[in-house]
Amino acid sequence: MTEQTVMKTRDFTLYYGAFKALNSITMDIPVNCITAIIGPSGCGKSSLLRSFNRMNDLIVDMSVEGRILVDDEEIYSQDVVELRKKVGMVFQRPNPFPKSIFDNVAYGPRIHGTRDRSKLAAIVESSIRDAALWDEVKDDLDKSALSLSGGQQQRLCIARALAVEPEVILMDEPASALDPVATLKIEELMEKLKRKYTIVVVTHNMQQAARVSDYTAFLLTDSERAGNLIEFGGTSDIFTKPVDKRTEDYISGRFG
Amino acid sequence: MEWKAGVQKRKGQFDTAMKYSLLFAALASILIVLMIGVFTLREALPAFRHIGLGKLLTEPVWRPGQEQFGILAMIAGSGLVTLGSVIMGVPLALGCAIFLSEIAHPRIRAVVKPCVELLAGIPSVVYGLFGMVVIVPIVRQIEVPGNTGFGLLSASIVLAIMILPTITSVAEHAIRSVPREYREGSLAMGATRWETISKVVFPSARSGIISAIVLGLGRALGETIAMIMVIGNSVIVPAAANSNPLTIFLSRARTLTGNIAVEINYATGLHQNALFATGVILFVLIMIVNSSARYLMTRGGLRSGR
Amino acid sequence: MNSRKLRQNLAYSTMWLACGMTVAILLVVIGYVIVKGFALINLDFFLTAPRGGLSGEGGISSTIIATVYLVITTLVFATPLGVGAGIFLVEYADNIKSRLVKKLVAVARFGVETLAGVPSIIFGLFGYALFVSALHFGFSILSAALAGTCLVIPVIIRTTEEALKSVPNSYREASLAMGANKWETIWKVVLPSAIRGISTGVVLSAGRIVSETAIFYVTLGGSYRTPTSLMSSGRTMALHVYYLAMETRAFDKALATAAVLVVLIILLNLVINTVSRWLST
Repeated sequence: MTEQTVMKTRDFTLYYGAFKALNSITMDIPVNCITAIIGPSGCGKSSLLRSFNRMNDLIVDMSVEGRILVDDEEIYSQDVVELRKKVGMVFQRPNPFPKSIFDNVAYGPRIHGTRDRSKLAAIVESSIRDAALWDEVKDDLDKSALSLSGGQQQRLCIARALAVEPEVILMDEPASALDPVATLKIEELMEKLKRKYTIVVVTHNMQQAARVSDYTAFLLTDSERAGNLIEFGGTSDIFTKPVDKRTEDYISGRFG
Repeated sequence: MEWKAGVQKRKGQFDTAMKYSLLFAALASILIVLMIGVFTLREALPAFRHIGLGKLLTEPVWRPGQEQFGILAMIAGSGLVTLGSVIMGVPLALGCAIFLSEIAHPRIRAVVKPCVELLAGIPSVVYGLFGMVVIVPIVRQIEVPGNTGFGLLSASIVLAIMILPTITSVAEHAIRSVPREYREGSLAMGATRWETISKVVFPSARSGIISAIVLGLGRALGETIAMIMVIGNSVIVPAAANSNPLTIFLSRARTLTGNIAVEINYATGLHQNALFATGVILFVLIMIVNSSARYLMTRGGLRSGR
Repeated sequence: MNSRKLRQNLAYSTMWLACGMTVAILLVVIGYVIVKGFALINLDFFLTAPRGGLSGEGGISSTIIATVYLVITTLVFATPLGVGAGIFLVEYADNIKSRLVKKLVAVARFGVETLAGVPSIIFGLFGYALFVSALHFGFSILSAALAGTCLVIPVIIRTTEEALKSVPNSYREASLAMGANKWETIWKVVLPSAIRGISTGVVLSAGRIVSETAIFYVTLGGSYRTPTSLMSSGRTMALHVYYLAMETRAFDKALATAAVLVVLIILLNLVINTVSRWLST
């Protein structure tokens, strides 16, 4: 891999209490690319994703070993609030706040100190444009965000994440709650976004991973039900000439 | 199997009989409401007819011996003591609610929540007694002419303690009901926990919190015994004792509820009618308050789009 | 960023303070009443009757009897009515075909909701007008129990409804499929399952009656003598606290009686909580 890396993990292990959820994951996330994390249900894909922005901290009894580095700095040495500004997240089910469209997108910048109304308006507009939502909502930004369709809400959540100017965007099965048309829109958006941002997406849909991503990581649970990184590489390589037999079995649908 | 058919028939008749008895039981509650309405109105009607609703509500003088029946002083008393209890009780209750739902470790919550529930179970007369022997002597220390300790301030303090558990439990429930996804979305953008609570969770729970406050208000308006014991029961419109307007809270007063309870046992004729009229007015007031609480709760449910 | 952290710490401290104050209030109120009250409590206190009048001398024996008498009488009226109403609303109401009866049921439900929100003094007023005056029951256990019934019926109906709703439908279906009729199913299958929830409502109501003052102040009268029949006047422990505090200077006795009340309520609360925990397992 010749790309620069913005995020890397080194022997990262995650425990929920005594249960080992992830076992010694080592990988590099290349910048300005889309990296997909695939694997059967329960293999720890979401757990890994949520480790990147320390959302797992919300779980009581959680503990970690190994390291995750963002911009070459250990995430547990950084202030978690600053980390989450750098590493944004879009969730599986769209979760806009019960506020107006404007207030949803302006929430992040307001939190991080931007008060000026005209600056906020500019940020809101550019974020919504980048999320390919502007034409559909520009007439009434004061409308409640909950009145939008599912697909629109998800793009709003993406706009919200973009408004804080992250470096990395984590996406946890962003289209799984959406219909095929909305899904396609999200995938097109991801292609556009990777020019400015780095994207890590968890998906259980292999075709989606093959369509959209530049790199793919394949996770599988071992005998102790901990998630292991089986293979990582360029997407076309993984899907056409996988190195590990387990990868090949999963790709060809023999389990999963 | 003749005898068996007979048994079945008797069982069937019994079944039907039970059904109708149970229907009667169910109708008993509406019967009670009707009876309460009919009787109270019947007793109250002469007052409305001879004194007039307007005069009842606006006359400040209540002297039954001289046929003067104005409940303005009691309206002021109830209003001011409710206001005082809301000012003191609501911030404390909401703070407690936020603490219990967002900040407290589960083990601390398991200790504090039963405490709040216990506060709700203490009889009003015990709060009244506590007010008389502990709070009134303390308030008496305030150096203002005419201050006996009994009055709106002591009553507000006692009432604030009494409505605290009501507001806390309903508000806490409202805050807990805010979906997890909102909190996660906020934290994932780099907001602190407090920013998430104050800018996302609390506003989302707004209608539930408002209805909690309104329910506390209704409870405050309906309280009788504790008020009689600490508010002084003077039939005057509360007024400030000196140039400081806040001293109005040191004035003695009487609530609508207290007025009814204290005089009903010996009132006759128009006096008794006037007391029933007070009851009707109080009932209508509380109905309005309770319906707005219910309306706010359902409206909130609709607004969140779920 | 530091100011944001600072704001959070400040806010958190305020919330902690609110919680601390609430717990402190509870401890002070209960602590004061119990500590001051227990100083005076001995066996005599429970066994002698109050001497009446302005002295405040004596114990609370008659008030204990009056309280128990009142609770039992009220529950005798309220439980069949309340549980019956609850059974009807849950088990029968949905299958009604007659439109008139359907309307009546909707009105009945509204009635229960309304009753739940009425302040107790209004029940007292009504009780005074109907039972004490119009029906000439006078100040008596009977008048007070009837007024008390109106007060607690919504509670019993609500808890009965909830208890019945939590019985799985499969129980009812199994019973009916074996040829039992509706009432048999209710009596032999549904009610036994729901009995714990229903008894919680009954215990709650008992607690309510023990704690209430205003409603019985205007229906029970204030006699300090032991009630001998349904038509006797009397005073509950709660009423006794009121009379002691307002008519005598015997605050120590008032606190002692209040202490007994508080302990009783705490015990009742414990019973309710343990029963509810039984239910959820």
